[in-house]
Amino acid sequence: MKRRDAMEAVYGELDRCVVVTIMGAVAAELQSLGHRPNFFYLQHAMGLASSMGLGIALARPELKVVVFDGDGSILMNLGGLTTLARYRPRNLIHVVFDNESLLSVGGFPTATSTGSDIAGMAAAAGIARTSTVRTLEEFRSAFADAMTTDDLTTMVAKVEAVGPSGYVTDLSLLENRYQFQRYLRETRPSSP
Amino acid sequence: MPVSISSSKLIYQSLKDVGVRLVSALPETWLVHLIRMAEEDREMQLVRLAKEEEGVGISAGAHLAGVSSAMLMQNHGFLASVNGIVSCAQLYRIPLLMLISHRGEFGERDPWQTEGGGVTIHVLDALRIPHARLESPDHVGARIHKAHTLAKSASRPVALLLCRDLMWEEA
Repeated sequence: MKRRDAMEAVYGELDRCVVVTIMGAVAAELQSLGHRPNFFYLQHAMGLASSMGLGIALARPELKVVVFDGDGSILMNLGGLTTLARYRPRNLIHVVFDNESLLSVGGFPTATSTGSDIAGMAAAAGIARTSTVRTLEEFRSAFADAMTTDDLTTMVAKVEAVGPSGYVTDLSLLENRYQFQRYLRETRPSSP
Repeated sequence: MPVSISSSKLIYQSLKDVGVRLVSALPETWLVHLIRMAEEDREMQLVRLAKEEEGVGISAGAHLAGVSSAMLMQNHGFLASVNGIVSCAQLYRIPLLMLISHRGEFGERDPWQTEGGGVTIHVLDALRIPHARLESPDHVGARIHKAHTLAKSASRPVALLLCRDLMWEEA
């Protein structure tokens, strides 16, 4: 399975969500499928995309929040899995694309290439719904299941270590940030 | 434990007054009352962390989603958060309100706190983070209010140092 194909397979469902991605290939590939104002790309701060997703999910429980994470990033914030489990935001879908490498900096293998199991660690951290999927069909079905389930899900998608030819896009970081904030403001339910 | 309850109440009330509704925290001795107050307050979302850097991401998400937050941490937790502060909060212009217990200054008895105490202000300065000290109760309300105002208008992190004379009542 290629990561871009996986994101393309669920792209149509993302317009109902708020999406936070990590840097590098994930951000560039999602933008190549078509940027939307409800997508935010955390173009550094490796590890914190899942924490940002948690902050949004707690602040806006009425929204479905999707985090597109990666093995290299989540390995930098494994403690964050315990925080996710502890607060169990039922509106958060945590997708980890695991290509077993740090692709954008030369493809050096991560520890998932030697057996570290991210879904296993998420489960051991206390996240009730975890899975590992290996085919596009499994991905589509696990994502659809998470979308219709009112609970925190961490799903690990094993993907090929291939990505785009470049990572810099013409969407500036701050333009993305303010557009995303505006989207969240405009969709805020009016206070009682 | 001679952590000042009255100073903690003052700090907590000032955070409420400026509109903070989410607090991320990692326990440390001087912060125990503040964390309990957040825990017992139904209007406050307390997020207990495994490591302080997570709090930068959580605050960033909460801010973009319209919720004002603060981070409670020890200066060693601030040191552990530096990359998140630089490459999330500063890169993306996020107004972080950091309340940092400033361990390791004059009067510190714990040998393990002393190195951090010596570098905290230098690291804040190197990161160009505006900071002020809270050393007595009459500093608290106004400085928290002003720090919060600057964080919002500059859209950048700011730091308030919770100092020994405010937080610790010698037995």
